Amino acid sequence: MTALLLLARGVAKRFGSTQALAKLDFEIESGEIVGLMGANGAGKSTFVNILAGAYPADAGEVALDGAAFRPTTPADAIRAGVVAIHQATDRAGAPGLTVAETLLIDRFADGRSPFFVSPASIRREAKKIADATGFALTLEKDFGDIGAAERQLVAIARALAAKARVLILDEPTASLSASESERLFAILEDLAAKGLAILYISHRTQDLRRLAHRVVVLRGGRAVASFAKPIDFSAALEAMIGRELTSARPDARRIDAAPALSVRGLKLRSDGAPLDFEVRPGEVVAITGPLGAGKSRLLLTLFGVHPVLAGHVELDGKSWPPQNPADAIARGVHMAGEDRRRTSFTPADWPGGTVSASIALPHLRRWFPRGFLVNGVERGHALEAIRRLDIRARGPEARLDTLSGGNQQKVVLGRWQAAPMRLLLLDEPFQGVDVGARADIAAAVRAQSDVATLIATSDPEEALEVADRILTLDASGLRPFADNAAEAPPLSQGSNL
Amino acid sequence: MSAEPRGLFESVADERPNFERLAPFLRRGAVFFLLAALFAGFSLAEPAFSSVGNLMSILQAVSVVAILAVGVTISMAVGGFDLSIGAVAASSVMAASYAMVVWRFDVYETVALVLAFGLTVGLVNSALIVLVGVPDLLATLAINFLLTGLQLIPTAGRSIATGLILPDGSSANGVYDPAFLAIGRARLWGFVPVPVLLMASIGVLAFILTERTRVGRLLFAVGGNEIAARLAGARTERLKTLAYALSSGLASLGGVIVAARIGRGDVSSGASLLLDAVAASLIGFAVLAARRPNVFGAVVGAIFVGVLLNGLTMLNVPYYTQDFVKGAVLVGALGLTYGLGRRPA
Repeated sequence: MTALLLLARGVAKRFGSTQALAKLDFEIESGEIVGLMGANGAGKSTFVNILAGAYPADAGEVALDGAAFRPTTPADAIRAGVVAIHQATDRAGAPGLTVAETLLIDRFADGRSPFFVSPASIRREAKKIADATGFALTLEKDFGDIGAAERQLVAIARALAAKARVLILDEPTASLSASESERLFAILEDLAAKGLAILYISHRTQDLRRLAHRVVVLRGGRAVASFAKPIDFSAALEAMIGRELTSARPDARRIDAAPALSVRGLKLRSDGAPLDFEVRPGEVVAITGPLGAGKSRLLLTLFGVHPVLAGHVELDGKSWPPQNPADAIARGVHMAGEDRRRTSFTPADWPGGTVSASIALPHLRRWFPRGFLVNGVERGHALEAIRRLDIRARGPEARLDTLSGGNQQKVVLGRWQAAPMRLLLLDEPFQGVDVGARADIAAAVRAQSDVATLIATSDPEEALEVADRILTLDASGLRPFADNAAEAPPLSQGSNL
Repeated sequence: MSAEPRGLFESVADERPNFERLAPFLRRGAVFFLLAALFAGFSLAEPAFSSVGNLMSILQAVSVVAILAVGVTISMAVGGFDLSIGAVAASSVMAASYAMVVWRFDVYETVALVLAFGLTVGLVNSALIVLVGVPDLLATLAINFLLTGLQLIPTAGRSIATGLILPDGSSANGVYDPAFLAIGRARLWGFVPVPVLLMASIGVLAFILTERTRVGRLLFAVGGNEIAARLAGARTERLKTLAYALSSGLASLGGVIVAARIGRGDVSSGASLLLDAVAASLIGFAVLAARRPNVFGAVVGAIFVGVLLNGLTMLNVPYYTQDFVKGAVLVGALGLTYGLGRRPA
């Protein structure tokens, strides 16, 4: 079962002036789970896109099962048995289609299914696929109504139905909770045991530690290191960012100032558990917990998007929260939502799609009181953010889509730090952010001495890196993270909770 | 490197070889090169084409479409699409005529009434879109239908001119205020038609609003990503309402100009305005390779179509080919914008 399945030699790819891949060598055996690590811009996505047939390599050879493998379209790659599952699983189907229809969509598309299809035949065929995978899928549900975890399984089931031999997963746990991730890992291990080769791309060492047989590190478009089990992750991380990692968890600070935010008996749903907590100025509090526990909803409620159903919230001793985000911003409460492209950015080819304009968006009224966009104001603030957060961009006028994920997230943080504030709400601020940028962002957040910061993250490792205090939110309410240490994943060294 | 002056539609500076840098330049200027070529060609073939009088008549002919196109462009900036402007303009023609002929309004009362009518339609549109949640295309298309029908009811489907017989049998004998007719017919300094002046002023004002002010930035933010705009504190409902009010308001101004030019309430006067205005604003996507709604492009797009039609008419190309020509220009412009404009992945 340890036959070499996919072999890449000297794969290179260039975009304009950027050498995305420079002579990459890679191999994977069937039954093997290989973790692919690399900072943003290291070439992971380029490599995956070449394997998946999105575009061809400029140079180099890829062989699948000993035969040359040069897919020209994604369909080509899938036919050959190489299936990539994109990070954004909402693309694995479409709202309005049921899960059953989604499973069969490849057959509809390539004409293998008869022209006329009956609901009964769809259900029968979809059930065959679902049964073959052994996943518990609710076939009759609408794809738009199922959660991220189930969408992931649907995507994998589609891949298996297409007789995939190499399965490529890009940050599959980005929007999964710990228990959902665990279910996914069990499934992946099972698939690997059946001979599937799995290329698993992730920023999360915790996932790779759990799952990967071997980890390959990319940097600057090359495979710079490969680690077999037992994997030395600090060496891998250092290989990935090319410098020493100061990964020691920050000291939890004890702050005695009066709370900036105080929440008493807040209910997010009418039948939800009442929440009580406070955040002091200068303190960073992280809220972690499974998907759907209400972390985002809590932040959005404090930001004025959702109404307070019950309970009492105070900001600096005055009643809170506001009517709407505009009101919140005026009172110094800033929020960077989950998924920066959806909640923070306007399209890059549209007015406002540059670094400086994106930073300026919430501050236009303050910066341009007379209404006219005066040259220089935005630019000055952008240069300041670029300097302070070490944003790698061509300049303040660089389009957002020319920045890596980590730098984009720094722009989001720079936007909200560009004006004085009391409370900063960050929802999943480390999504698609490499380790280096993550450390920079965590340091910048912790350096805000008179701002109370509340961070929602489903990844306890991220919470440990940035927070003074960690709370867990689930259906039964909020409690300190340490209380459920038994359920929590192994903490990195030096935990002093 | 970052000290370069920032153009209106900034382009990404790059270090590619010359021939590769030429392509974006050609694309950005394509509409202007074509315009220059048309101009030179028509002038050679028919010297009268480039006379000041003819150029002014081209601009006068496109002024209403250009003003409407600016309106559509603003509605596109917020991510919408105002399909009611044709009917707003047409019913404004009827409203202006009715006000003067039946109610004997003077120019000030008439213009105020018509503009108020336009703004009201804009508010109804935005109420449907913002409050009720009807998708913008459907809401404005429905209002387009409604107004197309509504404008026929007061006169029982007749066109309006002095001596109009009302449905109750009486005849209305009001006359057009000469000052009102001047809006469509007078020339300033002997050669600039008032509609051209209106088009130019509106173009400049709308350009400044959309490209150089905070409000313009927010309009585009709403159109680009409404969630992000709202989470950045933008009052998205107000901005959408503003956009639709402006769009309908400009359409009713267009109606005023049409009514003043033709001097009667013609039931069919607004027939092609909607499609012409939409075409102009879409051709505007190609101007300077902006690939987005923009006021400057919309006005240039309208003028482009005007030059083409005027020149072809002078060359005795039959009038019935006009729509075909407009369509071909639109297809060409969009193909140019999206096809050649594709960036490498």
